[in-house]
Amino acid sequence: MSDANAPDGSASGPSDGTSDPPESATAAVVEAARESDLGLVVGTLLAIYAAATLLTFTDGLNSVAGLMETLTFLGLVYALTALALNLQWGYTGLFNIGVAGFMAVGVYTMGMVVRSPDPAFGPPGLGLPLPVGIVAGMGMAALLGAVAALPALRLKADYLAIVTLGLSEIVRLSLQSSAFDNFLRDTIGAGTGGGRGMGMPDNPVRELFLVDGQAGTPTALGDPVFGVFGNGGLGISHPILIGWGYIAVLAAFLVAFYLILERLGRSPFGRTMKAIREDELVANSLGKDVNLVKIKVFVIGCALMGLAGILWFGSQGNVSPTPQFRPLLTFYVFIAVIIGGSGSNTGSVLGGIVFAAVLFEGPRRVGGTVRGLIDAETPPSFGDALVSLDPVTFLAYATDNIAPLQFVFLGLVLVFIIHRRPEGILGDRIETAAAVDLSERPTGGESDE
Amino acid sequence: MSDAPDRSDSGDANDATDVDDASEAVDVADANDAAGPGELGAAETVAATDGPGDEPESNDSAVEEAAKHIPSGPPSGTPPLRVEGLVKRFGGVTAVDGASFEVESGSLTGLIGPNGAGKSTTFNCITGVHEPTAGKVYFEGEDITGLKPYQIARKGLVRTFQIARELAEMTVLENLMLAPQGQLGESAIRAVTPGLRGGVVEEETALRERAWETLEFFEIDHLAHEHAGNLSGGQRKLLEMARALMTDPEMVLLDEPLAGVNPTLEEKLLDRVHDLRADGYTFLLVEHDMDVIMNNCERVIVMHQGSVLAEGTGDEIRNDERVIEAYLGEDL
Repeated sequence: MSDANAPDGSASGPSDGTSDPPESATAAVVEAARESDLGLVVGTLLAIYAAATLLTFTDGLNSVAGLMETLTFLGLVYALTALALNLQWGYTGLFNIGVAGFMAVGVYTMGMVVRSPDPAFGPPGLGLPLPVGIVAGMGMAALLGAVAALPALRLKADYLAIVTLGLSEIVRLSLQSSAFDNFLRDTIGAGTGGGRGMGMPDNPVRELFLVDGQAGTPTALGDPVFGVFGNGGLGISHPILIGWGYIAVLAAFLVAFYLILERLGRSPFGRTMKAIREDELVANSLGKDVNLVKIKVFVIGCALMGLAGILWFGSQGNVSPTPQFRPLLTFYVFIAVIIGGSGSNTGSVLGGIVFAAVLFEGPRRVGGTVRGLIDAETPPSFGDALVSLDPVTFLAYATDNIAPLQFVFLGLVLVFIIHRRPEGILGDRIETAAAVDLSERPTGGESDE
Repeated sequence: MSDAPDRSDSGDANDATDVDDASEAVDVADANDAAGPGELGAAETVAATDGPGDEPESNDSAVEEAAKHIPSGPPSGTPPLRVEGLVKRFGGVTAVDGASFEVESGSLTGLIGPNGAGKSTTFNCITGVHEPTAGKVYFEGEDITGLKPYQIARKGLVRTFQIARELAEMTVLENLMLAPQGQLGESAIRAVTPGLRGGVVEEETALRERAWETLEFFEIDHLAHEHAGNLSGGQRKLLEMARALMTDPEMVLLDEPLAGVNPTLEEKLLDRVHDLRADGYTFLLVEHDMDVIMNNCERVIVMHQGSVLAEGTGDEIRNDERVIEAYLGEDL
């Protein structure tokens, strides 16, 4: 990964004496990055940062840092969720299309547990500490996962998909309902806020930088950071700097997620998961309690989705059920896993980052920048744009309407991937499902005669 | 006749000779039928020489080195597998209609019958894939009727499948390492928690070695790192059997292990079965090919229209009027 850290390919030559020298220095870097998972992820991030810089450098450092912060945040939260889904779908073949619902349960439970019992606005909460809220959110998502899995796993695999999709919509619509809100307020003393949603508890990372989270009163940590990077130094705005602080927290969670899931995958438990994905009857006939393992996997995965929901939406100030927890969110996460290659944890991280930056946020930013460069009237409709037969006019229309067109782009990319590389970026790798290195052949066995 | 030349002829000149030595040492009585599946006809008089008390503990330590865990064997006198009045109906169709039979300890028993005789359904009822409509299945004296497949496998009764069901996207080595029962690392907590993972790694190291040795025994060790889906049909059959053995079974049910296997590999597979049987494993073999059954099994059970038509040695079956009638037109 030392090679991959060099953003400029030509700078670092093929210093490591590999057997067959790559064609160019860039190829050498790519080769080195492929061999190291961390190198691969860092290399991808650096490539995205380079593109972001290219897009915004004319607007100053603050814009560059801001765009990078947005892309990194989205990349990391998608990576977290993709990892949880990969455990269920990639490893075990459990087709959970209710990801959004489990995330919503996680973040809403956290909010209800942590919010003040007597808030200035919005629904009341239980006023418990944040760690309690996070554990409660994960627990609630896990519980809901178990409730969904217990009946569904007795049926054929496809029914799990239907059950989870239905459940995720039930969750969303319940959270939106004011009757449910009132019911919860009356029974447990904490409400959901119905369709208006609820404000999230203060982000503790903000308080690391600002006393009581108040702008203008930096802490001992905030002062030097703001001094060097903020108004006194590089001129990056404080919210962006705090955002980077939160990204450090997300990155720590991502590493922890990754390590736990890698260990789980590289174990006899991981072998059983893969065997269930490949052929349930075989796993069963070899003495594996398939249903128990499936329920365990489902519960672990849902708890992680709950945590991902907390880390993602809990940091966004306000959550509300309908724009945020539509089934669309689930499909985005699926796309991330598919791009990365289902069954590979590194692939899921990579898929999350690539999806968020290149397919989700990237087109909007590129579209905005390109529109700014075009000096043309935007035609009122697609037909007008087409009839004009002027590529510049058409481009103006396209970039002005990038949000809907982005889905066309997304669809094309998916079709391309499924057609050309159905296994995703890293799906062809052999992810060893054992706690020891299998390529190592014990010598004792051969001397046996 | 001496069995030594026969065995080295059929045994592919590989260095799995330890097993051959062992089986020679063990049972001269078995030697005739263990001799050569290649020799058609020679084995006709085989089964009679073979007593039911084929005790596993007579094996010497050379066999243990072959990394196969020798079955502890059932309590003496109890047949490992006993099926009583088994009935299985699918809607209006009665696939198995009151089948009853026993399999003797340490034997290689063949189960034959024309298409639709109910062989595979019987297999599925024994191994818990189907729940029998009526009747009982006993394994080592214990009623296992209606247990789940994994519960039956844990008791030491494992099966292979008629159409090989390899775990395609897992390597051959992973396929084998999946099989052993009660692995520490099957607990998710143990697999993840730093302090507890040490034991898992230790166990995995031993398991890896056993898996390699089993692969060598079946001569598919060169394929260890291949995805199982890339194997040929015959190699998959070998993999299935190797995987079944890794569970450390008492008894193995082989569902048409030779279907779609070329003659060379067929011989290799049968050799392995004979070697293992000499080590004390009990086998029940469903097969379509009459010659294979007649030449290799000391007891043969014939099923017809869902029930047991005849039972006996290969010779008895060959001359049984009812069997000839059931197989009318087939060359016995």
